[in-house]
Amino acid sequence: MSELWRLTAHEAHEGLRDEQFTSVELTQSVLDRIAAVEPKVHAYITLTAELALEQAREADAKFASGTATPLTGIPVAVKDLIVTKGVRTTAGSKILENFIPPYSSHVYENLRRAGAVMVGKANMDEFAMGSSTEHSAYGPTHNPWQPGLVPGGSSGGSAAAVAAGEALVALGSDTGGSIRQPAALCGNVGLDPTYGRVSRFGIVAFGSSLDQVGPIGRDVEDVATMLQCIGGHDPRDSTSNPEPMPDMRHYLGRDIKGMKIGVPKEYFIAGMEPGVTARIEEALATLESLGATVDRSLSLPSTDHALAVYYIIAPSEASANLARYDGVKYGFSDRSGPTMWDNMEQTRAQGFGNEVKRRIMLGTYALSAGYYDAYYLKAQKVRTVINNEFAEAFARYDVIVTPTSPTVAFPIGAKVDDPYAMYLNDIYTLPASVAGLPAVSVPCGFSEGLPVGLQIIGNFFDEGRILQVASAYEQAAGFRNLLAG
Amino acid sequence: MTAIATKYETVIGLEVHCQLITRSKMFCSCSADYSGAEPNTHVCPVCLGMPGVLPVINERAIEYITMTGLALNCEISEFSKFDRKNYPYPDLMKGYQISQYDLPVCHDGWLEIEVDDERRRIGIERVHMEEDTARLLHRTDAVTGEGYSLIDVNRSGTPLMEIVSRPDMRTPAEAREYLVRLRQILRYIGVSDANMEEGNFRCDANISLRPVGAERLGTKVEIKNMNSFRAVHDAIAFEEIRQARMLDAGERIVQETRGWVDERGETVSQRTKEEANDYRYFPEPDLPPLKLSRAFAEAVRAKLPELPAAKKERFLALRLSEHEATALTEDRERAAYFEGVSAALGLEPQRSAKLAANWVLGEVARWLNAGQKEIVDFPLGPEQLAGLARLVEDGKVTPNVGKDVFEKMVTNGMDAAAIVEAEGLAQISGEDDLVEAVRRAIAANQKAVDDYRAGKDASIKFLVGQVMRETRGRANAQVVQGLLERELQEND
Repeated sequence: MSELWRLTAHEAHEGLRDEQFTSVELTQSVLDRIAAVEPKVHAYITLTAELALEQAREADAKFASGTATPLTGIPVAVKDLIVTKGVRTTAGSKILENFIPPYSSHVYENLRRAGAVMVGKANMDEFAMGSSTEHSAYGPTHNPWQPGLVPGGSSGGSAAAVAAGEALVALGSDTGGSIRQPAALCGNVGLDPTYGRVSRFGIVAFGSSLDQVGPIGRDVEDVATMLQCIGGHDPRDSTSNPEPMPDMRHYLGRDIKGMKIGVPKEYFIAGMEPGVTARIEEALATLESLGATVDRSLSLPSTDHALAVYYIIAPSEASANLARYDGVKYGFSDRSGPTMWDNMEQTRAQGFGNEVKRRIMLGTYALSAGYYDAYYLKAQKVRTVINNEFAEAFARYDVIVTPTSPTVAFPIGAKVDDPYAMYLNDIYTLPASVAGLPAVSVPCGFSEGLPVGLQIIGNFFDEGRILQVASAYEQAAGFRNLLAG
Repeated sequence: MTAIATKYETVIGLEVHCQLITRSKMFCSCSADYSGAEPNTHVCPVCLGMPGVLPVINERAIEYITMTGLALNCEISEFSKFDRKNYPYPDLMKGYQISQYDLPVCHDGWLEIEVDDERRRIGIERVHMEEDTARLLHRTDAVTGEGYSLIDVNRSGTPLMEIVSRPDMRTPAEAREYLVRLRQILRYIGVSDANMEEGNFRCDANISLRPVGAERLGTKVEIKNMNSFRAVHDAIAFEEIRQARMLDAGERIVQETRGWVDERGETVSQRTKEEANDYRYFPEPDLPPLKLSRAFAEAVRAKLPELPAAKKERFLALRLSEHEATALTEDRERAAYFEGVSAALGLEPQRSAKLAANWVLGEVARWLNAGQKEIVDFPLGPEQLAGLARLVEDGKVTPNVGKDVFEKMVTNGMDAAAIVEAEGLAQISGEDDLVEAVRRAIAANQKAVDDYRAGKDASIKFLVGQVMRETRGRANAQVVQGLLERELQEND
């Protein structure tokens, strides 16, 4: 059987289950695909081909022994800030260029327990700080739909790998849109779970009160299967929700008649590309045709402030989270200076890229004596206001639907020297992140030949509901398993 | 000193860092008992501060700090939180310390001290929870002579409690007494070894001077690096003179941190306020706020042992002297031993207490001091000691023989009665049993007899001694003296 890499995970599962092919064959097909397109796409920082084939053999044994799960034998890309025991984990940074962790993240453990196969560690903006994957110490990832364009970010490697057939599904992480925006720009489904749904143990921290790991796939079912695998309580993460994970499959393929959808007017702004506006309008019409009520009177007045709140809180937390990278214990270390302090300074000066340094500076400033009240504390208060606006909205609506990004993929280099323009690319994804709400991006067509994403935001721990809407929409619109090239 | 005392008032506040003796570390499951362990053997990704790891609160540590707060008469916060204290240092594995900033677990308590017969309450501002750092070992390369440092991460992440007093102390003696009482309480409730020399009980002092009668506090100086109670006392004493001299000379006190140099007996400047860190505290996003219900605090209160002050009051009520009550309550084990002896004696309570106190503060204390041992090392159980005390009290053996029996008991562990029985050491009180020995003493010591008859009453003591010698100390001295007096009169 040729081109097994074209299958979605659940299609591949059926083939494995029915013994049409083995996981080794499936994995080899993906590895061959990687060999063919990776020079153009550069989705990975580290490829783990040998390990993948070994895991594939184990997976085949699981099928033989009857202990397989829906993810057994499925080739997965893992964002490189997800700690993987024995496999280099760089978080896209030079400062961790030689870091081989002696422990694994909760999500990788769960994937392995399910029998999934890791084909590589996906490229990303350094420490997840960016919206284009250009801020990687290992070079940019290209959008598989049109090389020369960005895949979005920071989980750009994960999204590009899935869109290019270099993995069937992927894990990304979302702090302010880092799963949803690249999923939108690469034509994938990408889910940012409720803060607390997925354990952060072993996720290289950026903004601790915002970070969540989530799945990227080529259809809603794959994303639901992945969430099922990685979600649930983990005692090693005190912010992880103690409730058991509900069955996500229950929500797939159901109708959405009578469902109340709010569409906030603040999300339709001047900077939005006409092609994106058109696709979103079509998608809203499709949702209405499915029997949902679409109410466009919803107002979330503090939407504008989410950007400011985010760019105070995330860098503040990052300034502390990144303090541990001092060259003393692990990772890159410059030891040429006369004193320990010189070495520490040089390690950080050379080990971090400019965007990371910019955010460390921002965060350090926001937390400094005399500025804390005006920045950090005020941002936390505004965060509460944003939360309250969402809470009021969810008293009236089942889900909130918006565009995922105001633009389609943009050229590499276009915004890299203009941080604020880059930050604006996240304005639709930031509010849900700031509030800790779950949100999914699903493909809703193309503009100028490039994918456009529709964002569905749900109430806390209501991933089932947004997947139900996403699934119904996907069925009606037919934008699924979109492979580039 | 007296000149200072009349002109300036010294204001002292103490910050004590104290390691808790929990089984595991504050935020991971590594064993916290690393004493004697090879460096870097009690470590895991969490206390090493590796990427992506997360802290989980040690519930026992929260119970211990709550016990401490209750023992120090504090309010227990129903809502508190952890914060990150940011500063770069190679012994701080994450580049920040998880501590508590504005909402500590315990606040607004007090501790009573007594100096020169005056009792005073020293306010406790707060008690908060944090984690300890790794330890740096500074070395010199034997060949190149270059200095280098090694890190031992075993201590990293062990639970540390900071107890901050209000600036309520006025003299070095009060500061010392505060530390003594604080250590006593921490040991009583069993939350810390509180050993200053071993570094699990560390003290920084804030000290300022102000003109007597003034309300506004003077500029404070923080003193660090004091490794014993004596050092704390001496450093404060040094500092109050240094500051007084500066004020007398019209100089301004600089807000700074000074280190105590024990060998030189002086403080030296370490850093000024301008060089001080901005710790950029902010709430720890990896830990949800800590909610401690009243029911939790009450459950912890129910587990608290009787505290030294209450115990001392109870002992005083048993008519023990101030000195005895203080000495017996010095540590919980000694008090418990004393109470065990007293209960085993089973006499009228005040009588039992007095007798038990005599033995515990007498023979037992002497034996412990001689061997530099603690009461927990004492080989005799309270019942055994009570058995001996009863034999003496009931006149079964003489006090002197009692001391010999005590020595034998601590050597061979046998009961007093068994030793007395086996070695025939019972006191001889019967006149019939003693009269022959008395007559022999009179017959053999004519000079003493003559002296006695000449009016030297003291001579009879000599004769008593002779009888005691002959009976190997077993004779009842009073009976012997009575017999001697009678015999000497009869033979007049």
